[in-house]
Amino acid sequence: MIEKRPGLTVLSHVVLILGVLIVGFPLYITFIGSTQTSEQIAQAFPMSLIPGNNMLETYRTALFGGETQAGSRIPAAAPMMWVSLVSALVITIGKIAISLLSAFAIVYFRFPMRNLVFWMIFVTLMLPVEVRIGPTYEVVANLGMLNTYAGLTVPLIASATATFLFRQFFLTVPDELVEAARMDGAGPMRFFKDVLLPLSKTSIAALFVIQFIYGWNQYLWPLLVTTDESMYPVVMGIKRLISGDSYTEWNVVMATAILAMLPPALVVIFMQRWFVKGLVDTEK
Amino acid sequence: MEKRVRFKSSWLPWALIAPQMAIVLVFFFWPAAQALYQSLLTQDPFGLSTEFVGLENFRRLWADDTYLASFTTTAVFSLLVAVIGLSIALLLAVYADRVLKGSGVYKTLLIWPYAVAPVVAGVLWLFMFASPMGVVAYYLRAVGIEWNHLLDADHAMTLIVAAAVWKQISYNFLFFLAGLQSIPKSLIEAAAIDGAGPWRRFWSIVFPLLSPTTFFLLVINIVYAFFDTFGIVDATTQGGPGKDTAILVYKVYYDGFKALDMGGSAAQSVVLMVVVITLTVIQFRFVEKKVQY
Amino acid sequence: MASISLRNVIKRYGSGKTELQVIHGVNAEITNGEFIVIVGPSGCGKSTLLRMVAGLEEVSGGDICIGERIVNELEPAERDIAMVFQNYALYPHMTVFDNMAYGLKIKKVPIAEIKQRVDKAAGILELGHLLERKPRELSGGQRQRVAMGRAIVRQPQVFLFDEPLSNLDAKLRAQTRLEIQKLHRELGITSLFVTHDQVEAMTLAERMIVMNAGNMEQFGTPEEVYSRPATTFVASFIGSPPMNLLKNAPGGKPGQILGVRPEHLDIGTEGWALHVDTVELLGAERLVHARLGDEKLIIRTHEDQGAPVVGSTIHAQPRLDRLHWFDAATGKRV
Repeated sequence: MIEKRPGLTVLSHVVLILGVLIVGFPLYITFIGSTQTSEQIAQAFPMSLIPGNNMLETYRTALFGGETQAGSRIPAAAPMMWVSLVSALVITIGKIAISLLSAFAIVYFRFPMRNLVFWMIFVTLMLPVEVRIGPTYEVVANLGMLNTYAGLTVPLIASATATFLFRQFFLTVPDELVEAARMDGAGPMRFFKDVLLPLSKTSIAALFVIQFIYGWNQYLWPLLVTTDESMYPVVMGIKRLISGDSYTEWNVVMATAILAMLPPALVVIFMQRWFVKGLVDTEK
Repeated sequence: MEKRVRFKSSWLPWALIAPQMAIVLVFFFWPAAQALYQSLLTQDPFGLSTEFVGLENFRRLWADDTYLASFTTTAVFSLLVAVIGLSIALLLAVYADRVLKGSGVYKTLLIWPYAVAPVVAGVLWLFMFASPMGVVAYYLRAVGIEWNHLLDADHAMTLIVAAAVWKQISYNFLFFLAGLQSIPKSLIEAAAIDGAGPWRRFWSIVFPLLSPTTFFLLVINIVYAFFDTFGIVDATTQGGPGKDTAILVYKVYYDGFKALDMGGSAAQSVVLMVVVITLTVIQFRFVEKKVQY
Repeated sequence: MASISLRNVIKRYGSGKTELQVIHGVNAEITNGEFIVIVGPSGCGKSTLLRMVAGLEEVSGGDICIGERIVNELEPAERDIAMVFQNYALYPHMTVFDNMAYGLKIKKVPIAEIKQRVDKAAGILELGHLLERKPRELSGGQRQRVAMGRAIVRQPQVFLFDEPLSNLDAKLRAQTRLEIQKLHRELGITSLFVTHDQVEAMTLAERMIVMNAGNMEQFGTPEEVYSRPATTFVASFIGSPPMNLLKNAPGGKPGQILGVRPEHLDIGTEGWALHVDTVELLGAERLVHARLGDEKLIIRTHEDQGAPVVGSTIHAQPRLDRLHWFDAATGKRV
C-alpha cells in the first residue's frame, strides 16, 4: 500500500477517462452521423454533435439498399454482412480445425521430415498475404476461385499462427495423460477427441476471437479476388460508398460502418477474457 | 521441447497434416516462389511475352525516385505510428494498472477498437476530417489551421498516422498491461523501501523490466504499419496527394493491379518479404532471449 | 538502531459487510538492538504485521513507533528501515553492486562512500567476487546474501526479514541461520524476523512473538516460551515433536488440559499405563507413539534405552516439575 496519495488515484482516473473519450470519440461521431440525413450532414458546418432523428430511415437504407433523395443507388449492406459472416466463420473454423490436426501430428507423432514440416509451417508466420498478393491472385484465378467463398477464405487459412499456438499448448499437457489413455485402450484419435480437445477449450476460444476478427476485417484480399458485388464483404462495401466523383451519402456510410463494426466488437466484448488471455499467450 | 511419449502410426500423422500442408504449398510456397521468379521477369507493354531480365527490376526500383520516396514515407509512417502508439498505450496501461476500482470497465472500453477493420478506421477518420462537414477539420480551421489533407502532404500523413495509431492503441495497451502485471510486486516494494519515489521507480525499475514487451510491440507495430494499414490508406488518401502517402504495400497493390506492372510489383513484393523476414528473425532472436529473468 | 513499539495494532480488510479483522490488537515493546522473531503458522498474520511496520500495509488501528516517532502515516522510504524479502526481490536488470547501491544513490550519497559501504558489506557477506554479476547468474544462497547486503548497506534503524530462509534447502538454511546470528552480533541493529519455522525462531530469537489467527499468544524469550507456554497453541507449536496435551489425564481436574513434553516422560516400571502403537527410530533417539485410554501421546527416549514392543503395555512417569495445566475452554495457562 505505497503512496496512498488520493491525488494520484484521481489523476489515474482522469487520464483513463480521457483515454476512453479519445478512443471513443470517432465512434460517437460515426453514430451521430448515422442518425442524420445526408442533407443535414452536407449542409451543417460543422456537423452537429447531437443525434438526429433520421436513424431508422438511414439504417434501413444502409441494410437493404435503395435509392436516396440525391439519386445515388445504395447497395444493400445486409447481403454483404452475410458474406463477411460466412467468410469470417469459414476462415476461423477452417484454420482452427486444420491447425489442431497439424499441431497434434507434429507434437505427438514421430515421422520422417517432421522437423522440415514444422519449419515449413513456421515460415508461413512470417509472410502475411499482403506480401504475396500478385502471385497468390494468379493461383486463385487459375483455379477458377475468383468471386467464390473458397477464393475469399482458403488462401487466408495458410498462415500458421493457430498451429503454433496449439503446438505450444500441447507441449504443456502432461505426458501422463497419454500414458493413462493408452492403458485405457484409447488410440490416438480417441485421445485427441476425448482428452486433448476438452483441455484446449480456452485456446480454441481465444483463437476464435482473434481469427474471426481477422477474417471479418479482411480488405485487401477481397478487393482483389471479387468483382461481383454479391460477393463483397461489408468492409469493402463501405469504402465503395465513398466515391470521389459522385455525391457521398455520409449518413449511410456511417450507418454501414456501425453495422460493420458491430459483430466483431460484440465478439471481443463478450469473449474478452479468453481473447485477452489468448492474445497475450500467443505471442509469448 | 520434446514430448516423451509418442503414438505410433505410419500413415496417421501424414493424414493429419495433409490439409494444412496442401493449403500451405498451394497458397503460400507456390506463390512465394512465383513472386521470386516473376521479380526476375519483365513483360512487354502488351502482356504478350515475358523476358528474363535477372536483377534488372531491382536495379530499376533502386533508381526509381518514387520507390525510394515510398520507402522513406513508409519508414516515417511506421516510426510515427510505433512511437506515438506505444507511448499513449503505455501511459494508459500504467494508470490502468494503478487503478483498483473500475479497471475492468476501462479495459473493455479501451480494447474494443481492436475489432475495427483498418479500412473502417480509415473511413471514420476521413469522416471527421473531410470537408466540409468534418467536425475536427472545422475546429482546426477555427483555430487557424487550414486543414486540407487532399492537398497538403503533411496533413495527409497526419491523418493516416492518427487513424493507424487509434486502431492500434488497444493491442499495445493489452500487452503493456500484461507486462506491468507480470512485474513482481516485491520489486516495487523493495524500491519503495530503498527510497525511490514513483517517477524514479518507473524509470529505473518498471521501464527496464518492461523492455522485452516494449521491444516486441515495437516490431509488431512496425509490421502493422507496413502491412495492415493498407485499408487505412485506401480509404483516406489513396496514396495521395500525388504519391506522398503511398506506403510500400500500397505501391505494390497499385503497381501490380492498377498500373499492371507485374515485374516491378513482384520485385517490390520480394523486397517486402525480405523486410518482414528480417523483422521476424530479429524479434525471435532478441526478444526470446531477453524474456528470461 | 532504535526501539520499536507496537501498541494495540489492528488490521482490517474490506469495509461494511465484507469487513474482516485479521490482526486483533498486538502489543509489544522491543528495545534497541533486539533480535525479535515473529513466528506462527501460515495465515496467522505475521507477514501482515511485518508489512505494517514496513509501511507496505496500512495500519487500521493502534500505533507503530520506531524510535520515538509514530510511523503509521509515514511512507516506507521515510521510516529508515531495510527489508529482506522472501523471494529476495533483487532488481534483475542490475548488477549485484548496483542492487546494493540503489538505495544510497537515491539518497545522493557520494560515490566514493557508496563504494566503500558496498565493499564493506560485500566483505562481511563474502560477495566481493560477485559484484559485477547479475542476479540470474547467482545461486539461491548467493542471492539471499545480496538481499541482506542491500539491507546492510543502508545502515537503517531497523531490519525487517520476511521469511528469508524459506526458499533455501535445509543445509543452506542452517548455514544462513548462523550467518544471520553472526551478522546481528556484529552490527547489533534492531531486527524483526518473520518465519513459520519454530526451529529458526528458537535459535535466532532473543525474544519471540508467537502468533495464531491474528492474536499474539505469547511474547517472551525462547526459554520462557518453551518452559512456560502461555496457551495450548504455543505449547503445541514450539518443540518438536509437539507437547502432549491430554484432556483426561489421571490426577487432572475436569475442564483442564494437562501438557507434558515427550522428553519429560520416563519409561519405567511406574506411572501411567500406556498401549504402544508404533515406535520410530531416529538414530540418536526413539519416538514411542502410545495411547493413554483413547488419547494419543508421544514419548522421546534415548536409543540405548531399549525399544518397547509394539502392542505391549508400558508404564511412563511424567516429571512432576514439568507439568503444564491449561484451561480447556480458553486454552490459557492456569
